[in-house]
Parts: sequence; structure tokens; C-alpha cells
Amino acid sequence: MNKKRLVLIGNGMAGVKTVEEILKISKERFEIAIIGEEPYPNYNRILLSKVLQGDTTVEDITLNDWSWYAQNDIQLFTSEKAIHIETVEKNVITNNGTTIPYDELIIATGSKPFILPIPGNDKEGVTTFRDIRDTVEMVNASKKYHRAAVIGGGLLGLEAARGLLNLGMDVTVVHLGNNLMDRQLDATAASLLKADLEGQGMRFLLEKNTTAITGGKRVERLKFSDGEEIDCDLVVMAAGIKPNIELAQQAGLTTNRGIIVNDYLQTSIPHIYAVGECAEHNGIAYGLVAPLFEQSKVLAQAICELDVTPYQGSIVSTQLKVSGVEVFSAGEFIEGGEKKALRIFDEQDALYKKLVFNGKKIVGAVLFGDSREGTRLFSMIKKQADISDTVKVSLLQPIGGEAEESVVATMDAEEIICGCNGVSKGSIVQAIHEQGCISVDGIKACTSASRSCGGCKSMISELLEITLGESFKPEFQKETLCGCTSLSRDEVIEEIRNKKLMHTREVMNVLGWTTLEGCSKCRPSLNYYLGMIHPVEYEDENESRFVNERLHANIQKDGSFGVVPRMYGGVTNSDQLRKIADVADKYKAKLLKVTGGQRIDIFGIEKEDLPKVWEELDMPSGYAYGKTLRTVKTCVGETFCRFGTQDSMSLGIALEKRLERIGSPHKFKMAVSACPRNCAESGIKDFGVVGVEGGFEMYVGGNGGTHLRSADLLGKVKTAEEVIEYASAYFQYYRETGIYLERTSKWVERMGLENIKVVMEDPKQRQELNERLNIAATVLEDPWKKIIGSEKLKNELFEKVTVEQ
Amino acid sequence: MKKIAERVKVVKVEEVAKGFGKTIRIGELEIALFRLNNDHFHAIENRCPHRGGVLVEGIVSGQHVFCPMHDWKIDITTGKVQEPDRGCVRTFEVEVIGEDVYILFL
Repeated sequence: MNKKRLVLIGNGMAGVKTVEEILKISKERFEIAIIGEEPYPNYNRILLSKVLQGDTTVEDITLNDWSWYAQNDIQLFTSEKAIHIETVEKNVITNNGTTIPYDELIIATGSKPFILPIPGNDKEGVTTFRDIRDTVEMVNASKKYHRAAVIGGGLLGLEAARGLLNLGMDVTVVHLGNNLMDRQLDATAASLLKADLEGQGMRFLLEKNTTAITGGKRVERLKFSDGEEIDCDLVVMAAGIKPNIELAQQAGLTTNRGIIVNDYLQTSIPHIYAVGECAEHNGIAYGLVAPLFEQSKVLAQAICELDVTPYQGSIVSTQLKVSGVEVFSAGEFIEGGEKKALRIFDEQDALYKKLVFNGKKIVGAVLFGDSREGTRLFSMIKKQADISDTVKVSLLQPIGGEAEESVVATMDAEEIICGCNGVSKGSIVQAIHEQGCISVDGIKACTSASRSCGGCKSMISELLEITLGESFKPEFQKETLCGCTSLSRDEVIEEIRNKKLMHTREVMNVLGWTTLEGCSKCRPSLNYYLGMIHPVEYEDENESRFVNERLHANIQKDGSFGVVPRMYGGVTNSDQLRKIADVADKYKAKLLKVTGGQRIDIFGIEKEDLPKVWEELDMPSGYAYGKTLRTVKTCVGETFCRFGTQDSMSLGIALEKRLERIGSPHKFKMAVSACPRNCAESGIKDFGVVGVEGGFEMYVGGNGGTHLRSADLLGKVKTAEEVIEYASAYFQYYRETGIYLERTSKWVERMGLENIKVVMEDPKQRQELNERLNIAATVLEDPWKKIIGSEKLKNELFEKVTVEQ
Repeated sequence: MKKIAERVKVVKVEEVAKGFGKTIRIGELEIALFRLNNDHFHAIENRCPHRGGVLVEGIVSGQHVFCPMHDWKIDITTGKVQEPDRGCVRTFEVEVIGEDVYILFL
């Protein structure tokens, strides 16, 4: 059979999802070509705000990388734009003059941001928030400028604003309406949201109509209809979207706001279809991801001439992707007329829940403060579920309570469970039946469901339980060490102790690992646990360590390394600085940077130069790469400071010398401040010390990183010696009970502060922990020195071979 | 037409430790030469198809290497990226003759 030619205009999520659905039905049916304007493979546009907010990178949101196109024999034209469709001859013409013939054509040109038609909208520093280029522009602007204005207080505008805050900018959100997110939220939820975001540092100008953007070449000011003005160096327009329909219009397709399609996504001309944000179905052009998945499915089936349930529009739900704020909205969320609302409002804790009913049917919902119920409610809304009085009572349970009824069970096979990756209930059930998945991790590996935000994990778990029935094994649902075993961390450790296992391979053999040599998750964990349990006998396995810990330097994205020598307590001297300067010059360091932990990082060193660099520095490794004590930050303390009450530098140095090099489940950061002004930031460290008159306060479980957590007070002691004793006991207790890669901020919450205090306050346990730590410390030597002294290690690990051609 | 393979001697067997990779530079090309625990040698291009991570620094488990950048799992013997990620890395034939390891270019 001759393959038909299928051409897709638009390399975005909707179009490519449709192609994926078609390939699922048949790989033989079509010869496929895709035309995309952006010079990237298909990426997950909904996660762009996460790129801007710094939580992920462009590469990490790529959905289909180049090889996917090659593997499926798809001809891909990137950086190329379709400019004309010959609907009679059935050809697409591009701006490069290429003529691409089609039998079936899908238009998925998406939409573009709506640009306010006001003077100055073309100035430098005015951008939209739509694609990777915009994101890059914002990131670059934040390096030079400080004041940003976002026009539009909708979903996208707020996500952009939060991203700009993360980039260190002053952000003002300008909104035409009097409620934020007015297409998703009612007044109550909107005002809660506003207060929350103001708390995060965002400023708002509501009911403001922007009339002009002024300045020189670059934007300097925004003017409003009421005569007011604000200064700004960056303007982000996020005031809505406009479907891209020019190409379709010019080809003679019927259009309105979008390209008009019927229930099979067919346009007004045969063999031409439209899908996603450029399409208008029943008067609606959707700007969200879920409808696009639904449309893609219908279109794929229609184009493959299968029996298909016609598309009947989508009920949409939204969740704001701003960390720390939980907002959810779905369906018809404004009451009035036949529609009656049911509300719970806890003003004290800023929790709000509103359900909208039409008769007995639930048709919409708004949640603020706790959106965990969102998915469940959304499913009920989609089904327009009949709510009896008993169910109504259960819906009224306190916000944040656990729901009883399983919605997953009643979902249809096509319904999407993982919104980020577009995985339906049916695909998950299929993976359970056909690929033998028995755990959430298994489902994740087979289908990618729950791989991005993880919000659907509980639903997947429920689905496993329902689908597997009696063969559902709760023990597999526990957190296993990794996918190679069904044992948990605790079980593995118990077996290692009981059976006196001494080698990673031995653990894998004896405990029935499903893989021969493990994986990148269990190998480093086992290496850590074995070393923790048998500190003296166990021989550390270089091959089971991550690159940084194997090469004792920090790998950078270009494959070069960063070198951080130890400076105890953040104290250095002219001799060390001179050596660092000399090494940096000699080995052509690309950057010298003072780190957050008060050290100096020498960037851009080639792998083969590392041993020489260390030798010339003649300083110990700063372990800036290690799962161990990183640094002890100190303030200058009583030695110089007029406020200092304690000798923070000496104590910091002593702590660093006591704990350095000893492996722990994850990195461990410390600080010593000499007074409650806390210049060393002891309140956000794994173990922080604050000097007070006549003693020291000790704080634990703090974290200044991704999951900001202020430390809890562990206790107060009188002398520096006691601080060292407590810190050592605490560190050892974490070593013994922590899960590999679990920071103390999580560990403290899992163990319970009170339980940790009980152990720490018992002198006997403290002493025993100190003794066990002493043993672990006996066998350690400086890794840089060790490597410098070993030709074998230098050759095996650091040598690169250059072959002359 | 018969293709003529170019055989390039790169290292001696003893120069690569079991379970590790070695960086080999040939002109512009950077190759990751691995010696698996079963003593077989395999060579792939030293770039992860995801973000160009240097595969030679990855953890080697059986015949797979885990990219040190974002943990993609790649079959060293075929170059194939493992599920749920997708893609492929260029592979090179390796021959061991006596104590010498050769990479073949077709």
C-alpha cells in the first residue's frame, strides 16, 4: 500500500501529540512531515514558567527530541514557516520556497500573545511570555535591569511575575479588571491570591488601563488612562492570546477567532484539519493543555478513519504554577441563576473552597490554599456527577481532609491522569496489564506519568490498587531503595547488618536484585550505607560514586570542572590567595567565584589538569561536591565585631576539622554566628550555631535551598566543647538514620524533632554516637593528596587520550 | 563498493579500569571507551543526546551507562537510550588485539 502523505504545520504540543496518537494507531499509514517555526524540537510549553522560575531548564522540558523524529521517519522542517496552502493542488509552500505535497493536512499553528495596540509596544524591553526566546530575553534583562511590569493579572501574567521575582527583579502586575485571574477565580479567591502574592513581594495595580509605553529606545515608563505612570525597564505583555489564523484565512478556510472546526476537527475544506489553540470549536478557542490532548485523540482517530466519538468540547481546569500558592479552578465557577454555590472559608488560615451546583449536578469549583482535591473534583465536574445529600456532606468536610470515594474507578479510559505528560487512565491500565507494572515507579518508567510535577501519584497508586485487585501488593508501594529491588532502605540496611554483607555486588546477589549490577540510584546508596555500617572494613567503590565524588571536583555543563579548596571556617590568608591566583592563571581558569559557603571556586579546569591543580594549591579538598560536610560559614565574631559575644571563627574551624570528609546521606551545611544578628545565617543550615551571652543556641534542619525551611532550636549549651559534642552526635545520628539523598530538613520532619531531641539530650547516647563517629573518622584521608600520590588513580580517572590522526 | 575500515589504536587494555570509561579524542571527535565488568570494550560518542552530558563520567551498570547530567540510561553496546527517554548515541566498533585496543571507523 502506498503511504499517504500527512503534513503537520506547527511543531507544538497539539500537533505533535496528534502525530503521536496517529503513530500509536498505525506506523504504516502515513509518510509524515512536520513544519515548525521555532528552532527547537517539540517542548512542553506549559512548563516554560518553570524554566523562567529557575526550577528546570529548556532541555528538561523537551518532549520529543531530535531522535524521536528520526526514529519515526518524520521529516522535520525547523526554522521554516508555512506561508501558503494550495488547497486544490494540495501543497504547502514555505518561506524557503519548499513545496510540500499532502494528502491530509493538519494545521496546529497555535496562538500568539495578544500585544496591546498602544504606542511604544515595539520598544526594546517589551516582550511577551510565550516561547523560549521570550524566556531567555527576560532572564537576560534581569541581569541588567531591576524594574519589571507585567501587563495582565491572569494565569500567565502571574507565573511570569513570579519568575521575574525569582530573577531578582521588582515586579508590578498591571491588571485591567479588579480581580486577579478573573477568568478562573471569584472575588474571594482572587483577593486571597493577591494577599498571598503581595506577601511574596509582588505589587499590583488593579483596574488600570495601560495607554502608552514611553522611553527612549528602551522602555522607561508605563502610562495609564487615569494619568498615573510607573517606571520600568522591562514590560511583559501577558494579556491573553490570539489564535494564529492568518495562514488559514489566506487559504480560504472559514475562521472566526480561530479556525472553525467540527466535531471531528475538520475545517471547512476537505482533508484539512485544525487542532489546539488555533482551532475554534463551538465558539471556543481553548488556551490550555487538557483540551488539546482531547482534541488530538479525536483527530488521530478521525484521520485514521476509525470509529470515533465526536469531540464535544472540553471542561477546563486550571492550577496556578507558582510555588507556595495553591489555586485551583474548574468548570463554571461563578454562581447565579440556577447555579448555587456551597462555600467554606477559613479566613484565619486563608483556606477557601467553593463548589457550584446546578440542581444536583456539580458544575464548577474553586479552591484556594489547598488544591489537593482538585483532580477529584475536576473528574466529578467533567462527569457532571449527581451529588446526593450524603455526598454533599462529604464534600463539606474540612479543607485538607482525606476524601473517601475513589474517583479514579469511575473515570473513563480516555481521561487524562497525568496532565503534564498527557497520560490517560487507559494507558496506565494497559501498562499494568501488559508490561506488568506493579508500582508507581514502574508506571513512571513505562509511561512517563507522574514524571514531571508528581501531582498525580496518589491517583496512580489508587488505580494500581483497583486494577490489580487481589494481586495488589502494598509492600511494593512502599518507597523501595530503587527499581532494582522490592526492599526498602530500612530492610536493606537490616539485611546488610544481619548478614554482614560487605560489597555492593554481594548485597545485590544475596538480596535478589533484579539487575546484575544495579543502577545509578542504588549503587551510590549502597556504597554509602555499606561505608556507614562498616566504616573501617568497607572499601569505598569509586565506580559507584557520582562523577563529582569520584573525581573530587564539580563537573560543569561543558565537561570542565570547578575546584574548591578547603578554607576552614571561611578564613583564608594571603598565602592561600596567592596560590589560588597562580593556579587560576596557569590553568586558564574561566572564572573565580566566591561561593555561598564562603569559599573560592576555580571554574573551567580540564579533567586531566585536576591533579596538577591540587598539587600546586597544596590545600585540602573543600568537598564542595561531596555528600558530607560542605562548609562551616562563620561571622567574624568577638575577635573584631563590636556585637560579637563568642569566638565564632574558632568554633567554626573546630567544627569543620571535626566533621570534614565523613560521608553523610546528603550534603551537610553548617554556620556559626557570634550573636543573634546571625550574619552567618545559622537559621537555614543543617546545623547552625548562634552565640548568645554566656552560651550557644543550636539550630537544626534548616535549609536555604529549594525547600526553604527555617531551622528548629535543638537546645542551648554553655561551651564551645559542648557544641562540638552535640553537633557530632547529631551528624552521626543523621548518618545512621538518614535515607541516602535525604537532606536534614526532610529528615527532621520524618523523624520528628522531639524524637531527635530525646536522643540528643541523653548523655549516654551522645557519647556512643561520638564514639562511632570517631571510628568513621579514623580511616579518612584527603582525597586530593591520595590521588596526587597515585599514578594508577591519575591514569585511570583523569587521563584523556588524544589520538593523532 | 567495499567499505574500508580505518583501525585506530587508542589505548592498551590495562590502561582502562573495569567498570570505567576513558575519554578518547580523535580530531574533533570525543569518544567514551568503556571497559565493562565482563571485560568487553565498547565505544560510543561522548555526548548524551539529551543535553550533551559527558557519558564517560557516568556510572556504568552492566552494559548501561547513566549520564551524569540528568541520569539518562544508555545501552553502551547499542547506543540506544532506554525508556522512558528516547534517542540514540553513535557507536563505534572496538577490537582488542593482544594488549591493544582499536577503534574502527567505517
